[in-house]
Amino acid sequence: MSRPMENVAAGTAKGELKPPLTKVGVFGWIRENLFKGWFNSTLTILTLYCLWEVGPPLVNWLFLDAVWTAGSEACRAADGACWSVVVENIRFILFGFFPYGSQWRPLAAMLLLFGLLYYSQDREHWKKSLLYAWVVGLFLMGLLMRGGLFGLESVESTKWGGLPLTLLLSVFGLTAAYPLGVLLALGRQSRMTGVRWLCIVYIEAVRGVPLISLLFMSAIIFPLMLPEGVTFNKILRAQAAIILFTAAYIAEVVRGGLQAMSKGQYEAAESMGLNYYLTMRLIILPQALKIVIPPTVSILISAFKDTSLVVIIALFDVLKTTKSVISDPEWMGFSREAYIFVAIIYFLGCFSMSNYSRRLERELKTD
Amino acid sequence: MNAQENAEKISAPSEELIIEIVDLHKWFGEFHVLRGIDLNVHKGERIVVCGPSGSGKSTLIRCINRLEEHQRGKIVVDGIELTNNIKKIEKVRAEVGMVFQHFNLFPHLTILDNLTLGPVWVRKIPRKEAEETAMLYLEKVHIAEQARKYPGQLSGGQQQRVAIARSLCMKPKLMLFDEPTSALDPEMIKEVLDVMIELAQEGMTMIVVTHEMGFAKSVAHRVLFMDFGSIVEGNSPDEFFNNPQHERTQLFLSQILH
Repeated sequence: MSRPMENVAAGTAKGELKPPLTKVGVFGWIRENLFKGWFNSTLTILTLYCLWEVGPPLVNWLFLDAVWTAGSEACRAADGACWSVVVENIRFILFGFFPYGSQWRPLAAMLLLFGLLYYSQDREHWKKSLLYAWVVGLFLMGLLMRGGLFGLESVESTKWGGLPLTLLLSVFGLTAAYPLGVLLALGRQSRMTGVRWLCIVYIEAVRGVPLISLLFMSAIIFPLMLPEGVTFNKILRAQAAIILFTAAYIAEVVRGGLQAMSKGQYEAAESMGLNYYLTMRLIILPQALKIVIPPTVSILISAFKDTSLVVIIALFDVLKTTKSVISDPEWMGFSREAYIFVAIIYFLGCFSMSNYSRRLERELKTD
Repeated sequence: MNAQENAEKISAPSEELIIEIVDLHKWFGEFHVLRGIDLNVHKGERIVVCGPSGSGKSTLIRCINRLEEHQRGKIVVDGIELTNNIKKIEKVRAEVGMVFQHFNLFPHLTILDNLTLGPVWVRKIPRKEAEETAMLYLEKVHIAEQARKYPGQLSGGQQQRVAIARSLCMKPKLMLFDEPTSALDPEMIKEVLDVMIELAQEGMTMIVVTHEMGFAKSVAHRVLFMDFGSIVEGNSPDEFFNNPQHERTQLFLSQILH
């Protein structure tokens, strides 16, 4: 039944009616989101009360009463947070056992890495020149860390630690695990029984054990299998374990993406005469990988944090260095502050990955 | 002028065989979907295949470009026999264009990229040339202004026309249509059929699985009726529609021509 003609005419003839004041703008938002109904309003009041009780003391502890640069005695005397534990020990937390005088080198290497990562963000930059930039960059980073050339003091990898080690293990780990995972997923779908079973066994075996046990195996059991005198760099072993572990999880997520593809896409590609490799590269993978960006990024974020497990094989990543600082008798008891600091570091890393993935999804949207 | 004369007027088929199917059998597991099909298709011939669902008509044309494998019998397309030889299959597929019921455009590529993909990667044609050809065919199907858009932004009729243009860019010797208008709204069916008729007028060899009998009457050289995996009857449109021989054909026609 249509509206009476008079009402239609009246609305348009008198001009626009304004909505009531309490329904729009700031008031409207507050009313709609914070005070809609009894339950909602009660929750709002409870939350405001909690914030009132917790807020000011928290701000006091974090900032106002905090000690920033004084020594540990001043810290013990004060009420607030002891940020000196971080400030005084920052070089050990960040660089581990790297020789004190040469610590500009891992710093430079990290800045170079951040620079390259930042530049690679923009998809417009994804050209051949970027690949060359990375190759040169990686070589420079290796040189800065290892030394031995151009008058730089040689620093063995056993002395590498802190944030550079965490970044090294994560960046290489994730970059290698992703393509390996994709290959495993494709292999899992293969019609060649041998390839398929190999992939299934690998994925299930790796997913069946915790990363810590893989690290353990790589550090303890693997060297036993090598011939006498052959040693494998410990960082390399940890790196391999992280790559192999993460790849299995990525494989399953990518497999989910491949299954979400409609058969029609395969058929359209094949009916044009595209072979398997081209069908995957041009048609299927771009779509499938795009679909599974959210779970893939979750796996990568987890892997980034899992690098902290290398403590089990006596590698000093940034979490271990932080722990070592607070086991020092001078700084004992200030674990809260130290862990908050390292948590912020992890948060910054994870949040940038998460943010970037959201941006990537937005950019790749075509409908 | 009757339908047969009409079809002949547009273009007569040549003597040369482009498809030879001999005693084709296919099973899906235990289900015998194609039961001894024999079919010869000449260059320039236009065949419409109709029949109830489950009769095997889609399966038949999908066997022609090896989207389905046959278990017995022989299929020879453009002189190449279809066996397990991948290289030969890919060669055949480059010469056989296929238009699907659900378009199957590549949603992550622009319309132009959809069209240039085949020529660039399969025929190894330089990109510039491929793009020129693509624009030509987009104009042909009256959709050139949409070249930079994505498939998701087009209507069904537009997408199907793009799909036809995409197949044409490969300059195939033969085009297969698997119910091209079945997924379209009625208003859009005409625009796609018009494009197909124009294609017919240029002498393209076409095998079309469809329920659009008007199309069959206006351009087909032969109409085949399939039921339970075999070709029950095949005749010129005149004979087929006015003089159906078999009871099953008569039943089918009475059901769809209302």
